[in-house]
Amino acid sequence: MSSPALIGSSGDSLREAFGKALSALADEFPKLVVLDADIAGGTGVHHIRKSHPGRFVQFGIAEQNMMAAAGGMAAVGLLPVVTTFAVFCLRAIEQARLSLCYAKRNAKIVASHPGLDVGPDGGSAQCLEDLAAFRAIPGMTVISPADATETMLATRAILEFDGPVYMRTGRSPAPHVFGEDHSFEIGKGRILRDGGDLTIIACGAEVARALAAAEILAADGIDARVVNMATIKPIDRELVARCARETGAIVTAEDHNIHGGLGGAVAEALAATVPAPIEFVGVADIFGSSGEPEELAYAYEIAAPFIAAAARKVLKRKK
Amino acid sequence: MRVSLQRSVTDAAATGQSLEARLEAVARRIRCHTLAAIFHAGSGHPGGALSCADLLACLYGAEMNVWPHGIDDPARDRFVLSKGHAAPALYAAGAEFGFCDARDALALRKLGSKFQGHPHVLDLPFVETSTGSLGQGFSVAMGMALGLKLQRNDARVYAMLGDGELQEGEVWEAAMASAHHTLDNLCILIDYNKLQSDAANDSIMKLEPLAAKWRAFGWAVAEIDGHDMAAILSAFRDAAATTGMPSVIIAHTVKGKGVPVMENVPAWHGSVKMTREQTQEALAALGASTEESKELLDV
Repeated sequence: MSSPALIGSSGDSLREAFGKALSALADEFPKLVVLDADIAGGTGVHHIRKSHPGRFVQFGIAEQNMMAAAGGMAAVGLLPVVTTFAVFCLRAIEQARLSLCYAKRNAKIVASHPGLDVGPDGGSAQCLEDLAAFRAIPGMTVISPADATETMLATRAILEFDGPVYMRTGRSPAPHVFGEDHSFEIGKGRILRDGGDLTIIACGAEVARALAAAEILAADGIDARVVNMATIKPIDRELVARCARETGAIVTAEDHNIHGGLGGAVAEALAATVPAPIEFVGVADIFGSSGEPEELAYAYEIAAPFIAAAARKVLKRKK
Repeated sequence: MRVSLQRSVTDAAATGQSLEARLEAVARRIRCHTLAAIFHAGSGHPGGALSCADLLACLYGAEMNVWPHGIDDPARDRFVLSKGHAAPALYAAGAEFGFCDARDALALRKLGSKFQGHPHVLDLPFVETSTGSLGQGFSVAMGMALGLKLQRNDARVYAMLGDGELQEGEVWEAAMASAHHTLDNLCILIDYNKLQSDAANDSIMKLEPLAAKWRAFGWAVAEIDGHDMAAILSAFRDAAATTGMPSVIIAHTVKGKGVPVMENVPAWHGSVKMTREQTQEALAALGASTEESKELLDV
C-alpha cells in the first residue's frame, strides 16, 4: 500500500504559505528557530525542518513548556517562533502572558487551525476564542492574514518586528485575494473595495467572503466598502473612524466568536472615535462541530449571504 | 573550579575563614534582610525564602560566573528563581553581591518599587526572567540552556524550584524536554522543605519517590542536605562535571530555617504580616546584633 496523502497539506492554505515563507526567510534571519509540538506536518513548518534542520526544535506534545521555553530562547538572543494549532495556544496562554509578554520577549506564536476553517476535526479543535484571548494580553500584537500571499508578507513582517506576536494562519485551501503587488504593514487596515453605503471590516478567511458579500449587495444597488483588517491589535483606529465617518455603518466579519475578537476591537475603536451602528458576523458564542469549512460557514452563518444580510440590517439602523 | 569560587576562596583566605564559614555568614545576612523586607512590606512568604538562603548563598557566592558589572555579558551564567514567591531571598542575595542596593530592596512589594512580590526581568537587570507562576521558570531556564547550546555558548543555567511546584504538569514537560535535548548545561535545584502553601506535600499531593522520578526522566540526581555548604558546593561540582544529561540537586531543607518559631510551620509559608516584635525576635534568633537589627528595621 502506498503512503496516505496528507490532507490539506498541499494547495494554497495559509499554513503552507507560512511554512514556505519561514523556510525562504531562514537564511536572512540567522537567529530564527522554529519550535514544534509534534505537528510540523499540520502547521507548515515541515518545510523548514527539511530545509534548515538545525533551526527546527522539537518539544514533543507539551505546549506549555514550549511556549515558556521560547521566552528563554529569546532571552539568550534567538528569534523563536512557536508553532502549534490555535486551540493548543490557548492551553499555553498563561505561559505566553508571563514568559513572553510580561517579560517583553521578541518571540512569535504562529497558530494554524483557527476557527471553523478547521473543518471535520470538529468542535474541540475549532478555536473560536484565540483572537479575543490573545488580544487581552498587554504588549501582544495580534494578526490574521487573509490569504497565502498576505501570509508570506506577514511572516516577514513579524520576524522584522520587535516584540511578541500572535498570528493565525489557516488549515484549508483558501482563495487568493491579493496579487503579487500586495504589501503588508502591521497595524494598517486596507480598503480592498470602495463604497459609500457601509463598510464591511473583515479578517482572515472572512475577507474573501466579505468581497463576495459586496457583490451580492451591489446587485441590489448597495455600495459596500470592504476593509481587510489583518491586524486585530493594535487596531487601525484611524481607518475605522474614517470608514464610520464616510459610510456611517459597519459590519465586522471573522471566523471567531462574535465576542472579543475583530468585532470587539472595531466596536471599541468606533465607540472612542465616530460612533456608528455596527453588526457582528461571527460564530454566535457557541462551539463548532464537524463538517467541511464551506458547509460550516453556512451552518454557523458566517458565509457571504449572512454578511450581506448583516449589511442590510445595519443599513436600517443607519441615520 | 569556577571563577567565582576561586574569588571566594581568595577572599576567605584573606579573612582567615573557610569558604563554607564565609558562605554561612552570607546566608545569615540573606535571611535577616529577607525578614526585614517582609516586615516592611507588611506581607510576603518568609518560610520558603528562609529555606533556600543557603542554596542562594552558594550559587551567587561561589558557583555562578556572574558579576554586577557584566550582567549583560552573553557568557554569564544564568539563574532563574522559578519559585518566584521566594523573591525576597533573591533580592537579599542580589544586595549581598552588589547586583542591587540593599536599602532599595527593603522597599519590597511597595508601589513604585522595583522589588515586586515576584521577580520581574524588566525591573531588575540581574533577574533573568519574570516568575511567579509555578513551572514556568523551569521552562524558561531550559529554553535558555537549549538556546545557549544551539549558539555554542558554554554558559550554565540554574533554576530553583519549590517542592510544591513539582505538582505542576509543566515541570515534567520541561524535565522530559531537558533530558531529550541532553542539556548538561542545566542544573535544577529543588528546595525540598516538605511543606507547601496549605500543608505538608504528603497530604496535598505526594511527591515521593522523588529522586527515582527524576532518574526515570533521564536526569543525574544528587540528594543533599540543603543547609550544608560543603555538600551544596560538592553537588555543584558534580553537576558541572556531568555530561550528556541535565542535573538536579534535591536539597533537603527546613522551611523557615534559622528562626525556630517558623521552622516547619506551614503558616509561615505566608503571605504573612510580621510585627516589629516578631521580626526583632527572628533577627535575634539569627544572631543579628542590635545595630544590625536597627539598620534593617529603622529605614
